[in-house]
Amino acid sequence: MGRILMKGNEAIAVAAIRGGIDAFFGYPITPQNEIPEYLSKHLLANGKAFVQAESEVAAINMVYGAAGAGARVMTSSSSPGIALKQEGISYLCGAQLPAVIVSVMRGGPGLGGIQPSQADYYQATRGGGNGDYNLIVFGPETIQETVDIMKEAFAIADQYRNPVLVLVDGLIGQMMESIDLDRPVKERNLPPKDYATTGTRNHPGRHIINSLYLDPLELENHNKKLQQKYALVKAQETRYETVDLEDADYVIVAYGTMARIVRSAMETLKKLGIKVGMIRPITIWPYPEAAFDLIKADCKGILCTEMSAGQMLDDVLIANNGRHKVAFYGRMGGMVPDPEEIVAAIKNFSDWVVK
Amino acid sequence: MNSTCRIRVAGFGGQGVMMFGQMLAYSATHDELNTLWFPSYGPETRGGTANCSVIVSNQTINSPVFKAADHLVVFNMPSLTKFQEQIEQGGLILYNASLIKTAVKSDKALVVGIPINDIAHDLGSLQVANMVMLGAYLELTGLFTDATITEIIKKFMGERKAHMVEINIQAIAAGRKQIRDIGVTYVKTS
Repeated sequence: MGRILMKGNEAIAVAAIRGGIDAFFGYPITPQNEIPEYLSKHLLANGKAFVQAESEVAAINMVYGAAGAGARVMTSSSSPGIALKQEGISYLCGAQLPAVIVSVMRGGPGLGGIQPSQADYYQATRGGGNGDYNLIVFGPETIQETVDIMKEAFAIADQYRNPVLVLVDGLIGQMMESIDLDRPVKERNLPPKDYATTGTRNHPGRHIINSLYLDPLELENHNKKLQQKYALVKAQETRYETVDLEDADYVIVAYGTMARIVRSAMETLKKLGIKVGMIRPITIWPYPEAAFDLIKADCKGILCTEMSAGQMLDDVLIANNGRHKVAFYGRMGGMVPDPEEIVAAIKNFSDWVVK
Repeated sequence: MNSTCRIRVAGFGGQGVMMFGQMLAYSATHDELNTLWFPSYGPETRGGTANCSVIVSNQTINSPVFKAADHLVVFNMPSLTKFQEQIEQGGLILYNASLIKTAVKSDKALVVGIPINDIAHDLGSLQVANMVMLGAYLELTGLFTDATITEIIKKFMGERKAHMVEINIQAIAAGRKQIRDIGVTYVKTS
């Protein structure tokens, strides 16, 4: 089948169906409404579950219930809505339940606006929920890459029994691109869902889905298990792309839509004779720290650029570990920089140095 | 085509600005080119001005946003005022001469005015003014053939609006004819 033209949000919904979604629970918010709109038609028509819940909090707890019963379950929302789901997300991680969460970021804080933003990097990678937990977080740059990751997301969540968060900005949700829905997905050997509460007719004895451990030693051991799992995720699932990195005098770090804007800026910079490369994290948790070891020793500096005040910048500073000068250029509140701004930031690198 | 074309389309909500852009994006996909369509989706789309960007390319499309457009298509005066400076050297500005009565000048771009409302009115439906504009745009740029556009119009209208296909095709033809009658040709210089 050839490529078709689709809006990002609809492509996310189609890819979720390809990934084997059984149930969706959500609550409307711009700019991601086409996801539930599409799924509401197609899930119910195919005997699957779709509920527009009374709130985000209700929706994420429905996700918890369905995941506990062994279903491939998904929710989607945008920034303030994802904020409301944080408690449930922590519970999912505590109870080791797989789920797919799509976050289509808009400007904040508070109700903010509805234009594209990347100001929920902290929310995605540091979380607003309690406890030592991590989500497996992808930050794709095109609709095609978002589709490819969505098709794989349920299997990744099942493999590690942990929520996967697909983090895109409003631009990816609202724009249309020509895409191929049929690209192959990596095969995974998935463990049986022997924890699922499908009724005692199906399994001897009771299955209990729980995140409460009142004995601190027992809770510490549970946490050790979780940390071992996160170490495994780091070793097996970290993804990134490098572009022209080996020879680069300046290295730009960007994810999502910003990475595409950087690619255009790089074309201009090359014409100006400036050697510039890029590190593009595809997973933003786990963060691809190893990529920074590929930067040449006499590199003049690293520019981190985001549609935020500088959140991924923390991870860039950690990965850089004091080796090179680091600068930051960002826009906030729904403003999307054009490539010329990135070109100017590299030309005037010293003006933007943070450390 | 062998390059990247960045097109900005702007007008009042309801003038068919988004559809104009989507027709280009669907046509590009049909012709196996890369394409990206991006709408303004802010509160302004609920009345007032609306605009969208389209990129058509035979290469990988990088930045979805751009400052200067290769082609600017404007349906009303506020859109012209807002975007006419954001145009590449050697670009094209195509405007709705039914609503923009002042002389439009640009030292960077070829400027062409088409009275799309009047032409659409003569065809019997003001609704197809955007398709008159599309016809004029395609005649100037040579981007897509009538065969491609006809197929996309049929797909776009579906069964429910199948009765609208014919008048849309007529509108495309009328827009193309208007350009030939004026005798203007556009060749991108840069």
